[in-house]
This record gives sequence, C-alpha cells and structure tokens, in this order.
Amino acid sequence: MTKPIDLPRWVDIAVVPAVATVAAFVVAGLVVAAIGESPLEATRILIAGSLGSAEGIGFTLYYATNFIFTGLAVAVAFHAGLFNIGAEGQATLGGLGAALVCLSLDRLPTLIVVPLAIIAAAAFGALWAFVPGYLQARRGSHVVITTIMFNFLAAILSVYLLVNVIGDPKSMAPETRSFGPNAHLPFAHELLRALGWNMPETPLNLSFVLALLAALGVHVLVYRSRLGYAIRTVGASQAAAVYAGISPERITMLAMALSGALAAGLAVNEVMGVQQHLLLEFTSGYGFVGIAVALMGRAHPLGVLLASLLFGMLYQGGAELSFDHPAITRDMVTVIGGVLILFAGALDGLFRRGIAGLVPRRAVI
Amino acid sequence: MTADDAPPPAIELIGIDKSFGPVRANRRVDLSVAKGSIHGIVGENGAGKSTLMSILYGFYEADAGEIRVDGRRLGISSPEVAIRAGIGMVFQHFMLVGELSVIDNVMLGVEGGPLLASGSGRARAALTRFATDYGLAIDPDAKVGQLSVGQQQRVEIVKALYRGANVLVLDEPTAVLTPPEATALFRLLTALKAQGKTVILITHKLQEIMAATDRVSVMRQGEIVATLDTRATSPRELAALMVGREVLLRIEKTPRLPGAAVLEVEGLKVVDGRGVTRLDHVSFKLREGEILGIAGVAGNGQSELLGALSGIVAPSAGSIALSGVRLDRRALDPRELRRRGLLHVPEDRLRMGLVPPFPAYESAALGFTHEARYGRGPLFDRPAMVEDLAARMLGYDVRPRDPYLRTSRFSGGNQQKIVLAREIERAPKVLLVGQPTRGVDIGAIEFIHRRLMALREAGVGILLVSVELEEIMSLSDRILVMCGGRITGERAGEAADPNDLGLLMAGVTGEAA
Repeated sequence: MTKPIDLPRWVDIAVVPAVATVAAFVVAGLVVAAIGESPLEATRILIAGSLGSAEGIGFTLYYATNFIFTGLAVAVAFHAGLFNIGAEGQATLGGLGAALVCLSLDRLPTLIVVPLAIIAAAAFGALWAFVPGYLQARRGSHVVITTIMFNFLAAILSVYLLVNVIGDPKSMAPETRSFGPNAHLPFAHELLRALGWNMPETPLNLSFVLALLAALGVHVLVYRSRLGYAIRTVGASQAAAVYAGISPERITMLAMALSGALAAGLAVNEVMGVQQHLLLEFTSGYGFVGIAVALMGRAHPLGVLLASLLFGMLYQGGAELSFDHPAITRDMVTVIGGVLILFAGALDGLFRRGIAGLVPRRAVI
Repeated sequence: MTADDAPPPAIELIGIDKSFGPVRANRRVDLSVAKGSIHGIVGENGAGKSTLMSILYGFYEADAGEIRVDGRRLGISSPEVAIRAGIGMVFQHFMLVGELSVIDNVMLGVEGGPLLASGSGRARAALTRFATDYGLAIDPDAKVGQLSVGQQQRVEIVKALYRGANVLVLDEPTAVLTPPEATALFRLLTALKAQGKTVILITHKLQEIMAATDRVSVMRQGEIVATLDTRATSPRELAALMVGREVLLRIEKTPRLPGAAVLEVEGLKVVDGRGVTRLDHVSFKLREGEILGIAGVAGNGQSELLGALSGIVAPSAGSIALSGVRLDRRALDPRELRRRGLLHVPEDRLRMGLVPPFPAYESAALGFTHEARYGRGPLFDRPAMVEDLAARMLGYDVRPRDPYLRTSRFSGGNQQKIVLAREIERAPKVLLVGQPTRGVDIGAIEFIHRRLMALREAGVGILLVSVELEEIMSLSDRILVMCGGRITGERAGEAADPNDLGLLMAGVTGEAA
C-alpha cells in the first residue's frame, strides 16, 4: 500500500528534511570513515568552512542565491504538476537577455540599466520556458523531454552568439566585453563597506536580497493569490480545474513562463553580480541542483530557502574540506551531496512513516 | 471446540483489532460464518467492513486477534496464503485484463508451467464443470473487454473458484449491476451455497441483505454491533443498528406542481476524444421545482450529460437553453454557467468537486475564487474564505468543524456536504447533482435528501443523476432512463416500477419487449 502520509505542514517542510539530512550525513560519514578520514573532523571543517568566518558565510550565501532561484523555479512548476528540468537553459537565455541590455545601455544610470537588465533576463528566461509549456499544453509534448532539449538548444545558441555575434573580438575566449560599472550589481562587501563594516571580498552581491524577495513573492503568489490557487488546482487535479472553469492549458503555459523567469535569477547573480560579463556555461549545473533543492524543500518557499542554505554550505564547506584534506576530493563532496539528494528527495517516505507515528494527529470523524 | 458432530465454522474471526495511527478501524471483532451459508456484512462507509475483509484476505495484518479457517488457526500474512486456505475475493473494481480471453484471465498466474496448453486444458475443463454445477456458463474464448459488467463479474467469480475458493467474499457486488443482473448474481450465489460453498456478502443495500443472506452482521465504528438471523430482522432494525438511531428510509415528498421550464435540452450529442459517440439524441425539459431523475447503469452517458450541461465537455450537436435563453458556445463555460445560475455537484467529488490536498476552506471556494466576497485584486482574502466555510459547516453540520483541515481528511459524507453547501449557497436556478450519496453514510444521506427536497420546494430545477435506483425513485418527480448514451424511456416518479426501469436500463424499450 502506498497511500500518501498526511503530516502537518511544519513537519513536512522542516522535520522530515532535517531527519533526512542527519541520516544522509551519517551515511556520508561512513563513506568518509571508509577512506580513512575522520567523519567528525570532516564535519567540523565543513561547518567551520561554510559558517565559521565572514568570508565563508559570504561564499555560502552566494551559492545559496543560485539555489534559491533555481529551486523556486522548479517549485513553481511543481505546484502546477510540471517537472521543469530546463532551469539551466532558461538561465542561459536569461544571461543573454541581461547581457544584451547591459552591453547596449551600460552608459545609462545604474537605476535604469540594472532594473531593465533584470527584466530582460526574466523575460528571456520566461520565453525559453514558455515554449515547452506551450508544446505541453497544446501539443501534449512532455515538458520533461522538451525542457531537456531546450537546455541543449540554449547551450548551442549561446556558443554561436558568443563566438560569432556578441563576443569580444579582443578576447580569445568566447565571452563578451566587461559591462560598464553602471551595469554591475553591487557586491555585499562594497555595500557593507559603505555602512562602515569591513567584510572580506566574496562573490555575494545584491542578488541575494533579490532571491529572498523572490521567495517571499513566490510564497504570496502560490498560497495567497488567485493565480496561485489556479496553479495549485491544476497541479493537484486537472479535472477539478476544468470543473472550476480554470484552463489547465493556460495555467501550464503561465506556470512554465514564471518558472523560467525565476530560473533567470541565476543569470542575474552570476552575470550581472559576479562575472560582470557574459561567458559560456556560467550556469555550472546549478539549474539541476535546483531540482534537488525543490524536492528537499517540498516545493515550499521556506523549505527551498533552508535547502538552498544547506546546499550552499555543502558547496562552500566542501571546497574547504577538499583543500584541507586532499584525500577527500571534490568528487567526494559530490558524493555527500548525492547521498543528501537521495535521502531528502527520493527516500523521504522512509522517514515520513516513522515520523507520522510520533506526531499527534487530529482524528477524522 | 464444541460438539464433535457440528462442523467448525468456515471462517472464524476472534478479537480482531486493527488501528491506522490513532484511528481504530476494527476493535475486538468476533465473527463466525457457518459453512454453506450466505453471510451478510452491512455498515456505513468507514464502519470497518473493508478493513476486516482486507485482514481476512491478507492485505493487512491484524494488530491482535486470530483467524480460523475450518477450525484451524491460520496466520494470513498475504493474499497467497488466503487463496491457499480457500478464500476468494471479488473486488468492486475488477482485476481483469480486458485484452485477454476469459480462459486466459482465469488461468492468469496459475498457468501451471511454462507452456500454456496443459493449463488452458485444465481451465477449460473447470469452466465446463462450473457451468454444470452452478449454472455459471460463460464463453471461455470471449474477450473480457467485450463482456458486459455482469459477465465480467462472473469471470471474477470463476477465477476465485478456479483457485480453489471455498469461501467467496464479495465487496459491494451489485454497485455496477442492473437489477436483472443483480437478480442473476443472487441466483448464482444460492447455487454456490447449495454446493457447499460459503459466501460473505458486503453491501450497504439492505434489500439485498434481506433477499440473499442467511445471517447478517452489522458493523458500526469498527465493531460488530449485532449478528442476526436475516429472517428474524427487518431493514428498519438493520438501519437503526448501522446508524445507532432511528432513520427515515423514505423521504416525505409533498405534492408540488412544477413551474416553467428552466432547462431545455434538444438533440444533445457528445463525441469523445476517440471518436466514440457517448451521448446521442438527448432531449428533455427540466422545470422549476422539479426533480428530474436520470437512472441508468454507470457509464451509459450520464457523466457526459452532466459534463455537457455544465460546460466541461463541448457538445458536438444539439442545443441547451437556460431560463429560455439559448446558450451559445461562449456561454457553455463552467464559470459563465455558474454566473447564470446553473450549479453543479459533480459525480466524483474527490476528482472533480474538491481538491483533496487543499485545506477545506480552499476546496470550499473551488469555482468561485473570482467572487468579490473573497476579496478584490489578484490576492484572495483568506480570512473571508475561512469564515465563509466555518459558517456553512455549522449550517450543514460538517464534522470536524475545522475549516483548515485538509480536504482529504474529511469522511465522504462530510466532503459531500462541503460541495453541496458551496453550490446550494449560491442560490441556483438549476442544480445538476451527480451521485449525491455515493460513499456517503446513512445519516448524511438523509440530510442530503432533505436538502434537495428543500431546494425543490424553493423552486429550483434539479437534475439528479444516480446509479442508486432507490434514490432516484424516492426523490424524483419524473425519471428518465439512459442506456448507451440515449434516453430509453420516461416514467413518472410515483408510478415507477424497479423491474420496468431495470429493463429500460438494459436497453429493452417498450416496443422491443
């Protein structure tokens, strides 16, 4: 019998992932022990490296920014019953949109060019996701297949454009020239220095605040708005949506476009915040990890924030770990991430059953 | 064990306990089913009948208690064990492969070797034997998908017998049958009994219990509250035992002259996505203050009729007029029809009428989220939604009275009350009602029927689709019978005769009979 197990919301989005995380670290600890390193020492370095210093925190939050955007993107599509695995491609296109605005308008004041560039990124990402949404709604082409295909298309398109059209002729690499200073998103260390705080230089920038606002916006959209109600209805039951007069086709296209716009936040962080020029493959797989983040966060914005923070710690702490202990390679850290995804995303039923027995429940009359 | 000459009971359950989390589905259940008898089990939905039978068949393991088959204690840990002990189960939803023949379905899983020849020979012989022993004749080479529902049920019974069943458990076997098919089923069960087989019949229809069983056990809230000789009891007593109080089995209907036509349907036709005509030549008028019942076996176009009338399915021909206004393509949209006063309680509340994972207050606004009462602008006013449902929970006696509770956690009757309240509160002119009491307990049925009668009094035109003939007959002013997507007859509600309706449901119209 595989009946879904009803749990209170807070247990669903906080307790279950927490238990899964602990279990994942126990298993990962066994792996670390198996190669002759101390799991406790590894955990200590992981935590100290990610949260033990201002620099570590800066890097952790920078990574988390990417995961929040891609995690939210996957989560919004989830609510409509869609599995968007094209965040990579949508972010790639978002980067293109941002770069086009930044390259052509970076002489204008920051307050004009930066919002325009962000809007362009979102619009390009939305459009790139809208097409699979359209194909799903009107032609029944499965969104999982089309979004994967669109990832390849996006990669090829950006190679072509960077090599032949918008690339910097003075550079050997396929990349654009650097944007003018007006088109930069300010770094956290710049902002904090202006406030008199001295913080070491990290890639953390204003995008992190945008990511938090996006999480809040997604929460309001999904749980408080009429559109969110329609999205969740379509995701839960197409028949109920049709009965209610909600068009599943329209909602499918809309939800995909929203999802693509959120994925483009990854481009805002990387292209406008960190790199300040467009280059190839800046998405580096963050789009795929977003799937794990959304799964672990149960598609709830708060859960996505927490999961993003955890993966941010893993990325940053993991880098420190492989630096300090060469025996624990980056691949090893990837294994730990994989175990985490396995426990939190795929095997959470394992813990839900046990936890369900411990949580007091209101009886059904 | 008692006296040596009395055979031990075919099935004996002693002190069965089963809990799901904090819910005790079965508590200290003792049940003894005599060999060669037909034993009925009645009870409301959620009384624990299905759980008990699932324990007997090895789907669940009891927390406490023991099972004895022919006096021998047995730990039934899986359906395989149950089958080996001679217990056969016929589910409400058949487990057949439509593409395969009867004989293939019968030997599926018990082919007896890598080659089919010997197995199919044995199955064929068994089928012949069943035909002579029990009058259970069925064409072994017919494709199961092309058989009628009643015949498919016979295949399920044959399957159980072929696996050596001495005890046959049938779960709501008549839910999908026409009255003549049901009569044939009971004749078969009597023949099985005459040959020494034991039958356990789970049903919520009291007439069936009275007609077919030797003894009957009544379940309520997980317990067996009484086991009686059928001859010594009455439907009234059984109903009172099931609910724990006296209930009205038949609803009082005041004579009432219906008013002007509110819904006029002319030549309605629906063709589904695969090009199959599901509804054809359907014409009728529904008047104010009238309940028009649509009788028929499930799947004969009733769902398509409701779909077309509520704007969910686009008709391919015909016209629909609401309050004298002919509806064009644009008006045949669920939201627009709601605005015009045509409301719809759908047949399948969990798939269509509610959103199971939503909190109840959100489900209670399904289809009406655009209304100003839930706030203006893109955001909805959650407290208004909650208050709205809280007030209706009071008026409709929905339990538990918790608007935040997840929709799926309410019982069937309470879910149905949430849907009904949502639709009725919008002051409909026309109310489409599909299977209003499917999976609803007796207490709630009574309540729902009263509400529908009150609406009729208030002048609402009600189109009632139900597969429960009893319900159609007790509520309707007029009855239309559907078969194969067409209307095969019309009868006045008072004068209707179940056998006559049964023939119409089977497609036997006046001229042909």
